[in-house]
Amino acid sequence: MEQLNAWFTELLSDNAIFTANTLGYYLDGLGSTVRLVFLSLIIGLVLAVPLAIARGSRRKWIKWPVFLYTYVFRGTPLLIQLYLIYYGVVFIEGIQDTFLWAILKDAFYPALIAFTLNTAAYTTEIFHGAIKATPRGEIEAARAYGMSRALMMRRIIMPSAFRRALPAYGNEVIFMLHASAIASVVTIMDLTGAARFVYARFYAPFDAFLFVAAIYLCLTFAILYLFRYLEKKLLAHLKPLNG
Amino acid sequence: MKKLLALTLLGVVMTTATAQARDTDEVRLAIDVPYEPFVYRTPAGELEGFEIDLGNELCKRANLDCTWVEQSWDGIIPGLLSRKYDAILSSMAITPERENQVLFSIPYYNTPSVWITRRDRDIDISDKDALEGLSVGVQRGTIRDSYVTQMYGDTLDIHRYSSSQDVANDLMSGRLDLSFEDYPLAVDTFHFKDDDSEFKKIGESIKKPVSIFGKGAAMAFRKRDKALAEKFNQAIRDVYADGTYEKLMKQYFDYDLSLPVGEK
Repeated sequence: MEQLNAWFTELLSDNAIFTANTLGYYLDGLGSTVRLVFLSLIIGLVLAVPLAIARGSRRKWIKWPVFLYTYVFRGTPLLIQLYLIYYGVVFIEGIQDTFLWAILKDAFYPALIAFTLNTAAYTTEIFHGAIKATPRGEIEAARAYGMSRALMMRRIIMPSAFRRALPAYGNEVIFMLHASAIASVVTIMDLTGAARFVYARFYAPFDAFLFVAAIYLCLTFAILYLFRYLEKKLLAHLKPLNG
Repeated sequence: MKKLLALTLLGVVMTTATAQARDTDEVRLAIDVPYEPFVYRTPAGELEGFEIDLGNELCKRANLDCTWVEQSWDGIIPGLLSRKYDAILSSMAITPERENQVLFSIPYYNTPSVWITRRDRDIDISDKDALEGLSVGVQRGTIRDSYVTQMYGDTLDIHRYSSSQDVANDLMSGRLDLSFEDYPLAVDTFHFKDDDSEFKKIGESIKKPVSIFGKGAAMAFRKRDKALAEKFNQAIRDVYADGTYEKLMKQYFDYDLSLPVGEK
């Protein structure tokens, strides 16, 4: 540890920008980014499953509201959604006096809400597409076994739909990580916020943003690896036998 | 006869040439126009403003015959070094990088920064205990950011924004309790001087410490022109001493941007 510390000090001794202090900002930023992206993806995923089923419903009053929701959130930029939720809500008369204000006052929760709603909309569409692509034969076979719709959904359609959706969902996770870079416009000190802070403090855009780009690359690599592992496990049955 | 005429002519040419070379009383001052209210052009085409008045006053004191040269900001130091003019009087802040290239006079102004809060709030900025847990909005990476980070880093909750308009929005909505902003910018953004404004200024305007807010704006000269710089330094001390500076300042500003000489 001491050796590592000495090596680190040696490494940093020649530059004015990447001191322990600014690296601390980047580390805090990494924490905020991971927390924000992870939470919004988990909540978005939980929301997206029932929404995707509702989206494929035959009843119009269930189907259309979900379509409207995904259409609006996929049809507008995330930055605008974030602005509307962060700056827009304060113009609702008397919101400062309600219990909601305790949540909306902090910048983290408005951002979390915007990111969650956005990723839930995309994930809903991904799952909906995967559900729709279920081979007819599987459904007919399930029916022949006398399964109810709910049972069929649980045992046949959803498991195979999840597998089919996996590669597309992996992309959505990476997009979400990159989209989270806009959180800094509402004062959240995420990775990009830290980079902008260092840039503004030292007037060194190249150093500040190159460093943060490297961190994003590492995060993306970790996500890619995780999804490749999952695909290998879950989609093993689709691979050619002696491939 | 012809020879005599030629000699006389040569003599005339030479004397005027030497006279021009020796005539150091003529000084050309460079300024970047416009930067209201420091310098701007009237509809009639005349240069006016605080720095024009101050510059003319300084030249009068130093017994110099000054002319103004308009120069855009990005070429203002190269122009000085290539002798297009002899000095810069154009709100140039003293920085270590510029000090490598030019010789600065003593600073003649620095804009203060100011604490802003909502009109209905009652906050005592000098009472550090009462500030505990309050939030302050600043523009990211500015000297105001540095100031609150250094002085109030463990007391106030610091939020960093891209623009001062965003700070005003969040101050308005109640997300922020305070803002710390450049005085002239705060006048434009928060309109805290208007009677119907939602905001007000609290506490004193702040220009210190020099380590954060910088030394202020000064005149710049070529490094070898030490005598000329000294003439202007003396003139700046004089206008401070006899109250002329304050008179000029009050003509253009309703806040204090003076940097009394000798104070560090």
